[in-house]
Amino acid sequence: MVTFLGATINGLVLGMAYALIAVGYSLVFGILRLINFAHGSIYVFGAYMVYLFVSLQVGLFPSILLAILLAGLLALLVDKITLEPLRKKNSMLISDLITTVGVSFIIQNVLSVEKVFGSERKVFPSLNLFSNITIGHITIQSSQIIMFVVALLLLLVLTFIVNKTKIGLSMRATEQNSRAAKLMGINVNFVISFTFFLGGASAAIAGALICGYYQVISPTMGSLIGLKAFAAAVVGGIGILHGSVVGGLVVGVCECLAAQYLGSNVRDPMAFVILIIILIIKPNGLFGKKGITKV
Amino acid sequence: MLKVTDLNVFYGPIHALKGISLEVNDGEIVTLIGSNGAGKSTTLNTITGLVKAASGSIQLDGTEIANMAPHKIVQLGISLSPEGREVFPALTVEENLRLGAFTRSSKGEIEANYQRAYDLFPRLKERIKQTAGTLSGGEQQMLAIGRALMSSPKILLLDEPSMGLAPNLVLMIFDLIRSINQQGTTILLIEQNANMALSIANRAYVLETGNISLSGDAHELARDDRVRRAYLGG
Repeated sequence: MVTFLGATINGLVLGMAYALIAVGYSLVFGILRLINFAHGSIYVFGAYMVYLFVSLQVGLFPSILLAILLAGLLALLVDKITLEPLRKKNSMLISDLITTVGVSFIIQNVLSVEKVFGSERKVFPSLNLFSNITIGHITIQSSQIIMFVVALLLLLVLTFIVNKTKIGLSMRATEQNSRAAKLMGINVNFVISFTFFLGGASAAIAGALICGYYQVISPTMGSLIGLKAFAAAVVGGIGILHGSVVGGLVVGVCECLAAQYLGSNVRDPMAFVILIIILIIKPNGLFGKKGITKV
Repeated sequence: MLKVTDLNVFYGPIHALKGISLEVNDGEIVTLIGSNGAGKSTTLNTITGLVKAASGSIQLDGTEIANMAPHKIVQLGISLSPEGREVFPALTVEENLRLGAFTRSSKGEIEANYQRAYDLFPRLKERIKQTAGTLSGGEQQMLAIGRALMSSPKILLLDEPSMGLAPNLVLMIFDLIRSINQQGTTILLIEQNANMALSIANRAYVLETGNISLSGDAHELARDDRVRRAYLGG
């Protein structure tokens, strides 16, 4: 029972961080109907920016803030430089898709160049900022509590932005009908840039939280976690914010339980086992609506 | 108010508008009639910036607006109720209207515009919290027009407002278009229902495969033999 509870708590915490990455996929998919495979590398970039500024003695919190800003800008620039020209020419969606895969490898490889950060793993500053909490036989690390609370707050902020603000309303309008959104006076290009920025910023926060928990960073860590978060977004119903949160939690918990009871090498495939099972039962994901098509 | 001069538009190799010129004066209802594929929607879509013009000029009160970004054109005072309504189906009636006022920042103005929309279309007020996708076709048309009015446009462009509506609703929509005009909004109306359009318009242009073939006083055109044969069923 104690091991079950412990694994579940670990899973919920990790799942919250997955959710934070998953919403980035969901937000961009909602507006462009595009899977942004560069998202995992933005997550890595964000984490490396924290690492960089901390090693420059900037201090942990200012470093995280700078990383959020820079990762948001990088995500925005990726769209402006590589994807917007394709949209303007009405290219096939598959071109956008392979472009994001390419961008992902470019970013990861630039980061692993010896003169940049190098390809080997490095020690990342710990986010264990206060003492661990022990309830009965279960110990929860302070970095886990921080991860859970910060991710939860940010997801609430994102939900508020999308549902209650003017820019959020223009995001929802663009998502449903970008032509009509233009007719309302909405600058659709700005909305797209803003969406990429939000996704990039959330990924950077997730990067800081997850690396602060494991205390390790490497340039290639984004591929697997990016795919897991993408699976989480699809499990929940891509394009739907609260779906990404539930998807992230489901993936996180299943993963930790699998590692506990079936062995640690079952851990990583678990996200995809869940994905396949859920898609067979509900092809549009847990909260997905039937046939999301542009009206 | 709105002056289009020698406008050319291409869709790939297709020459959709072949140098058309038209003018809408302050306070008028002007209608553009013509059969399917004549270029009516293309004309409105080019004025609103959704379609790029290859050459020619579009002026709003003397300001050149051809090929400006659509969101800037709305800001300057041109608003379109598009063909097929294009309401946001998953958003409520109120949110749709709010989006219509996206370019307006004055709370008082937005409030007054809500009021005007609800006065013109009391049905919308009853359905304020309903999502637009659950409205009937007629209600969606009302919403599309109400939404277009929320930006306080100088000129309202209407693309086929009667399309797909029952005859009694068509009459009602045309009555409302007339009262919107009487309240001071200039209107450029596109219609396949040429009879109705000519009956409420001051002036009319006839568009045939990308060219303006006839223009003049709407009531005179309604009596013109060529127009009667081609568009009014004899």
